[in-house]
Amino acid sequence: MRWRIALAGLLALSGVGAAHAAEPQLVSDVSDRDIEIRASFHGATELVFGAILYPDGVVPDGQTDIAIVLRGPSQSIRLREKDKLGGLIWVNADETRFRSAPAFYAIATSRPIAKMVDRNTADIFELGLNSLQLSPSSGMAPEAARRFERGLIDLRRRGALYASQTGTVEITNGVLYRALIPIPARVPVGHYTAETFLIRHGQVLAATTRDVVIHKIGFERFVAISARAFPFIYGAVVVILSVLFGWAAGVLFKRI
Amino acid sequence: MDLYLPIANISVNALAIILLGGAVGILSGMFGLGGGFLTTPILIFFGIPPAVAAASASSQLTGASVSGVIAHLRRGGVDLKMGWILVVGGILGSFFGAFLFRMLQNIGQIDTVINILYVVLLLLVGVAMARSAWHAIAAQHSGEAIPVRSRHHHRLVVSLPFRWRFYASGIYLSPLAPLILGFITGIATELLGVGGGFILIPAKVYLFGMRAKVVAGTSLFQILFVTATATMVNALTTHSVDVVLAGLLLIGSVVGAQVGTRFAERVPPDYMRLGLAVLILLVALRLVIGLGIHPDEIYTVEVTR
Repeated sequence: MRWRIALAGLLALSGVGAAHAAEPQLVSDVSDRDIEIRASFHGATELVFGAILYPDGVVPDGQTDIAIVLRGPSQSIRLREKDKLGGLIWVNADETRFRSAPAFYAIATSRPIAKMVDRNTADIFELGLNSLQLSPSSGMAPEAARRFERGLIDLRRRGALYASQTGTVEITNGVLYRALIPIPARVPVGHYTAETFLIRHGQVLAATTRDVVIHKIGFERFVAISARAFPFIYGAVVVILSVLFGWAAGVLFKRI
Repeated sequence: MDLYLPIANISVNALAIILLGGAVGILSGMFGLGGGFLTTPILIFFGIPPAVAAASASSQLTGASVSGVIAHLRRGGVDLKMGWILVVGGILGSFFGAFLFRMLQNIGQIDTVINILYVVLLLLVGVAMARSAWHAIAAQHSGEAIPVRSRHHHRLVVSLPFRWRFYASGIYLSPLAPLILGFITGIATELLGVGGGFILIPAKVYLFGMRAKVVAGTSLFQILFVTATATMVNALTTHSVDVVLAGLLLIGSVVGAQVGTRFAERVPPDYMRLGLAVLILLVALRLVIGLGIHPDEIYTVEVTR
């Protein structure tokens, strides 16, 4: 447990920092800053951990809470809604756009969000699935926009791309914290951030951010890049491979 | 054994996909159908995005038709003149199919259209197959021979201008007829990831009146080139060809096809054909129900970037 040793060192230093800042500070890190998608990838678990550095190194009384958010790249998306056509079949009927929907959003908290902060604060820091700022396209009735927002959140929640876990942040001795955040296999690649928020008396006292990169490597990366950068060669290779396969199997089985 | 598919962006059980390819391969070896009409919907059931499923299934069909084409060419079972016209029509059709795909995707109706086309297609294939198998079984039991239909052009086809002679097929026919037929199957290949044998073979027999010896070979010849073109078109436009997925399907299907061919020589095919027809109709029924009942997902996301 290398990080525990590192934290012990930081804690020793914290007395120095306390002279300048009366507010507590956060140090955080993640178990994996570089998540690699290779052929065997079927999801990952990110450990987000760190320590709360109090002025003078004294842990104050009262409830201290931690919220950890792992967030994926922001996407501009079009969301379609199905409706029953003529009482017979379900077809896409209505649609809207969101300019900034995170491709992935998982929040882990030490207590229920509503008990830690009020709605306003949650909205400012985007704490919780109901406080995401998705920027729906303008000109939509607020009621309809909310319906679409709920639809998107529900959809991605069932695909494990959005998640909210209460009570999964473990705080040890009021100082060390850690949480495990599962990442499903179907996450998009890109730049992710792991944000940690320190919350006391309904206020966010400190926040810190760590970057996480999820990317394909090896053969998976080669294929994904070639398909986009050299589509003609890629397509031709697939066709040639198919023909060779089919031909080889025919020849091989004739011998048997 | 889980394997991450680099284009579909999901992790699947590789063995399940190989087995699926194998099962479809056996069917295709036994019945001479490409089996694309089963592969694509089953891949979609697996959670693979529809565009990736159709694109990858079409490259599997290329591989599955190669050895058949070689065998038929050796035997003189391909009418090359007819074949090339069909190929030209098919290539034009697959370009048009790509255009249709994009248009339907923009208005958000691609999935519904694909589903409805599949239902129509599976019902047509299923019913036709069930009927012919049923007649064959009934004929066996009663001991009466099935009346053989005389070879003739359909009125619709005869009315087309500029007739050419196709010596290998033994017909005198306007090249527009195979061009149009190729065009229609090309659209189906691009949109649905199917070879189109189930449209081609009956059309050639009942509409064109082609000599039976060249019907299957000429169809395979066209399917080989048109599925290859569809793969290229997909690679260039939708970027949805997954080489890993196509490879897994190929491994299964080329082996399955050889097994199926040998199997077909031993088993009386009519009962098997009836069984397959029932299976196809069940898949169609499942899709119909899927269109009508409340879907699990009311919402779908398209990343516009």
